[in-house]
Amino acid sequence: MLLEIDDVSLLYGRIQALHGISLTVDEGEIVALIGANGAGKSTTMRAISGIRPVASGRIRFNGEDVTKLRADLRVRRGLCQAPEGRGIFPGMTVLENLDMGAYTRRDRAGVAQDLNRVMELFPRLAERRKQAGGTLSGGEQQMLAVGRALMSRPKLLLLDEPSMGLAPMLIQQIFNIITEINEQGTTILLVEQNAQQALARAHRAYVLETGRIVKSGTGAELLHDPSVKEAYLGVA
Amino acid sequence: MTTTVNPPNPEQREAAMDRLRHGREAIAERWRNAPRWVRWVLLAAVIVFFYALPNKEFYQYLGPIPTPGANFTQVMFTVSIYVLMAVGLNIVVGFAGLLDLGYFGFFAVGAYTVAVLTSPSSDIKTLWPWLLVVPVAIALTMVSGVMLGTPTLRLRGDYLALVTLGFAEMIRISAVSLPFLKGQRGFNQIPHPPGKYADGKPIFGILDARPYYWLVLTLIILVVIGVRNLTHSRVGRAWISIREDEDAAQLMGVPTFKFKLWAFASGAAIAGLAGALFAGKQNFVNSQNFELLNSIIILAAVIFGGSGNIVGAIVGGGLVAYMIERFRGIELFGLELYEYRFLFFGLVLVVMMIFRPQGLIPNRRRAAEFKDRRKEVIVGE
Ligand SMILES: Nc1ncnc2c1ncn2[C@@H]1O[C@H](COP(=O)(O)OP(=O)(O)OP(=O)(O)O)[C@@H](O)[C@H]1O
Ligand SMILES: [Mg+2]
Repeated sequence: MLLEIDDVSLLYGRIQALHGISLTVDEGEIVALIGANGAGKSTTMRAISGIRPVASGRIRFNGEDVTKLRADLRVRRGLCQAPEGRGIFPGMTVLENLDMGAYTRRDRAGVAQDLNRVMELFPRLAERRKQAGGTLSGGEQQMLAVGRALMSRPKLLLLDEPSMGLAPMLIQQIFNIITEINEQGTTILLVEQNAQQALARAHRAYVLETGRIVKSGTGAELLHDPSVKEAYLGVA
Repeated sequence: MTTTVNPPNPEQREAAMDRLRHGREAIAERWRNAPRWVRWVLLAAVIVFFYALPNKEFYQYLGPIPTPGANFTQVMFTVSIYVLMAVGLNIVVGFAGLLDLGYFGFFAVGAYTVAVLTSPSSDIKTLWPWLLVVPVAIALTMVSGVMLGTPTLRLRGDYLALVTLGFAEMIRISAVSLPFLKGQRGFNQIPHPPGKYADGKPIFGILDARPYYWLVLTLIILVVIGVRNLTHSRVGRAWISIREDEDAAQLMGVPTFKFKLWAFASGAAIAGLAGALFAGKQNFVNSQNFELLNSIIILAAVIFGGSGNIVGAIVGGGLVAYMIERFRGIELFGLELYEYRFLFFGLVLVVMMIFRPQGLIPNRRRAAEFKDRRKEVIVGE
């Protein structure tokens, strides 16, 4: 098991955002996390990546207890998140942003190789390599955030709403890329509003409601689950 | 008679601003595209100019530049100290994006360290030579920076501003009221830096401010070279990433706390050095040298020049310190302009922040960050 979250709770001040959630991600999987606005999906991601401390529970990654580990050290262990709302560096060029993705790495040759790979995955970024990140379009920034996370060559890639704000064409494209990245060997935990697509692509999925996991199963199972259909797929 | 002076419509104004912007960008562009040797020659000329500046044989030909109401060489020394401090504060504010409102506090720590350890008026009477105390002063300011930064840099933005403000005020009040620090009476006979001319006269004396100015100028050049190398390294990239988006920086594996502390402490060390130089030149240190206003002026100078850009910080620090002195001895309609210097200063700042919030010479990234922020504001409306 690559990632194992056991009974994790998280507080924002006095507001409890996560109420003892547990989930696992196996090596090679795409696991989706779906839920309504404010359900706690991004919060779960923050707990895993370590930018928010958990109140209780344990997080194990790659056989190691990382519950108390600093966020930047988790990146070194192979855990990388593309944050929600893009979170790219606005004043840095596309190349410099991608370079920041490889901040923890020393293997120049490997970095150059991954840069080529990212440029192949996102030709748009290749065209705009000298442009400041802040001046990219929303969709391009999204691609940059995903590309930048890939540059750390993570074992587990955390994607928080990679399709947010994208045109339907691009949504299709970004999901294709996610599948492709996964097939090239990166495990992915994916948070999505776009439940239809996410469930169709994911091996397994969890449904989060007000800070609790209320359902889990394979992507296909949840796609056909009546209550999931009603709540998240917009069909009665 | 009716004259129709159309107020420029927003589009025209925008166009005019654009032209202005392009003009400046063209200069920047030309500088970047100039052959390497041209840039070196220009840079060398600027440096030679500033080394020559405090000589009367030279500055008497410079028209209105020398200050009428004060010894120009002394003024240039003050200006150079401000420039050194602006370069230091620029690391903290400009590169790492930490709002330090009490930067002058570190200057005071440096100056008082020298005073206490060298002056015969000090209670401990160690009477060390100046040069020996300089590294101690730098180390102590660095330690005080670390002590101040460790609890506060884990918190975000506003806390640091408040804590640094409190720190500077604490230092000032200690200087005023701790018997050990001698208050108004201060420390006298602080030794000068060492060195003798061939004829046995000391290089660093009381009357001639030029050697001190040259010393500070040389140190500025060294510090700038060091800072430049740092900003082009992994450290610099880490600082910029923290300034632009701290969470994202951490998600890329940047140990943000460590780097913030480094920026804060190196900035403090430079202020400590400036304080030590000031004490060695002035020969006398008392509690009146460390008003809170000084911290604000330095911060304003960095923002004025274009924070995040070394050249911007130098120009900002130099211009602000110089302008303040330039008002001395000028009378207009019976008003002593010097008395109103901070009024002008405030006015210039307000105008500046409206029309050019990124500073005189912004750095390319900062400009983009400002655009990004403006966009956010519009989205939020
Ligand atoms: N920094 C914060 N301080 C206080 N409360 C917060 C903070 N961040 C999130 N919350 C609250 O925690 C809950 C979960 O938020 P979270 O961002 O995890 O939701 P989400 O599932 O990602 O929603 P969305 O789909 O809209 O992104 C929400 O009620 C939110 O208001
Ligand atoms: Mg979210």
